[in-house]
Amino acid sequence: MKKEKWFLLGGGIVIGLIAVALTLFGNPANMGFCIACFIRDSAGALGLHSSSNVQYLRPEIIGLVLGSLIMALCFKEFRPRGGSSPFIRLVIGFFTVVGALVFLGCPFRMIIRLAAGDLNALVGLAGFVAGIGVGVLFLNRGFSLGPSQRQSTLEGAAFPGIQVALLVILVAFPSLLAFSEEGPGSMHAPILLSLLAGLIVGAIAQRTRLCMAGGIRDMMLFGDNTLLLGYIGVFLGALLLNIVTGRFSLGFADQPIAHTDHLWNFLGMMLTGLGAVLAGGCPLRQLILSGEGSSDAAMTVIGFALGAAFAHNFGLASSASGSTLNGRIAVIIGLIVLLAIAWFYTRQARKKEDAA
Amino acid sequence: MRIDAIGRSCPEPVLMLRQALKDKPETMEIAVDNAAAKGNCTRFAAHAGYQVTVQEEGPVWVLQLSK
Repeated sequence: MKKEKWFLLGGGIVIGLIAVALTLFGNPANMGFCIACFIRDSAGALGLHSSSNVQYLRPEIIGLVLGSLIMALCFKEFRPRGGSSPFIRLVIGFFTVVGALVFLGCPFRMIIRLAAGDLNALVGLAGFVAGIGVGVLFLNRGFSLGPSQRQSTLEGAAFPGIQVALLVILVAFPSLLAFSEEGPGSMHAPILLSLLAGLIVGAIAQRTRLCMAGGIRDMMLFGDNTLLLGYIGVFLGALLLNIVTGRFSLGFADQPIAHTDHLWNFLGMMLTGLGAVLAGGCPLRQLILSGEGSSDAAMTVIGFALGAAFAHNFGLASSASGSTLNGRIAVIIGLIVLLAIAWFYTRQARKKEDAA
Repeated sequence: MRIDAIGRSCPEPVLMLRQALKDKPETMEIAVDNAAAKGNCTRFAAHAGYQVTVQEEGPVWVLQLSK
């Protein structure tokens, strides 16, 4: 196996170990540092939604962006760029997270759940693969959100800069933020540990280009399994630590922060998979790209936060008791909207090709 | 022949490269401006049996492919 593949597999194993270790230090069960859940918690801490049990400014998210930024600067890969359909990316980000919160986890948490024996995640994975498959159909027909352009250093640095400001607020002025007293938002590892974990994972993910959606997409497009090896590593690392610490429990019922509504687990992750292909990467990857100076990725992340806030303000997010009617309607609307976006941009790209 | 994939995010540069390599040219150049595209295109070209050298031209990486 080539060095790059070992690098991805090894990086993935370290990330999987870190994710489960964070739950041992206080993070919610089977969550590690779920991007959708933690952006939702951070949105709650900032008062963007009022679900009192999911409010905490997660240092892992801050660390992920800053870890990526530091690596990008060290390896001269910090390239401020943007302007590739930014508002449409926000819309895609919005529905990507709505789908994830109906399933109860982003692609990363899906793997962490699977590594703890939660078989509902297998249903989610099937939906995720189906969503990527639909996205690949459009990619093969020329789908493109258009090229990005070079931007100013300030444009590229603004989003990581906001993360530094949020960290200062969390440490020095916590009274400005909302904190959950019960529920998943109240469960967290110590700030310094969470931040350090985020920085390490952000650095590894920046160097390895780890991306779950990208891994499955590349398998479908070119039969290349390199990126997928990263998530196989995450699965193996998390599985190992779950077994060693007695946290592995195989089955569908009574899994932590999960439900057994199979159809909506499938369709929720299908929406997330389609969104991840259209936006060019899953939620973790978008955070890493925003650290590398992509303001398009930053817009997608803002879409995640808006989607998460809406999901809790309007009862779209599922709970352990199952999906909600509002959530199901939102998933259907999301699939229609993303398919319309995919169709429009594919048609536009083909028209340009024909004109050329 | 040179493919301009500047500003294109993944997987677009790889798809452009795949299209261009269908005729099995002896040499090819592709210009990209993000790290993931550089990595993915290098990997794809190597899969297709090309030697790849990377040159940095300001904010752009130019990948030179040869059989």
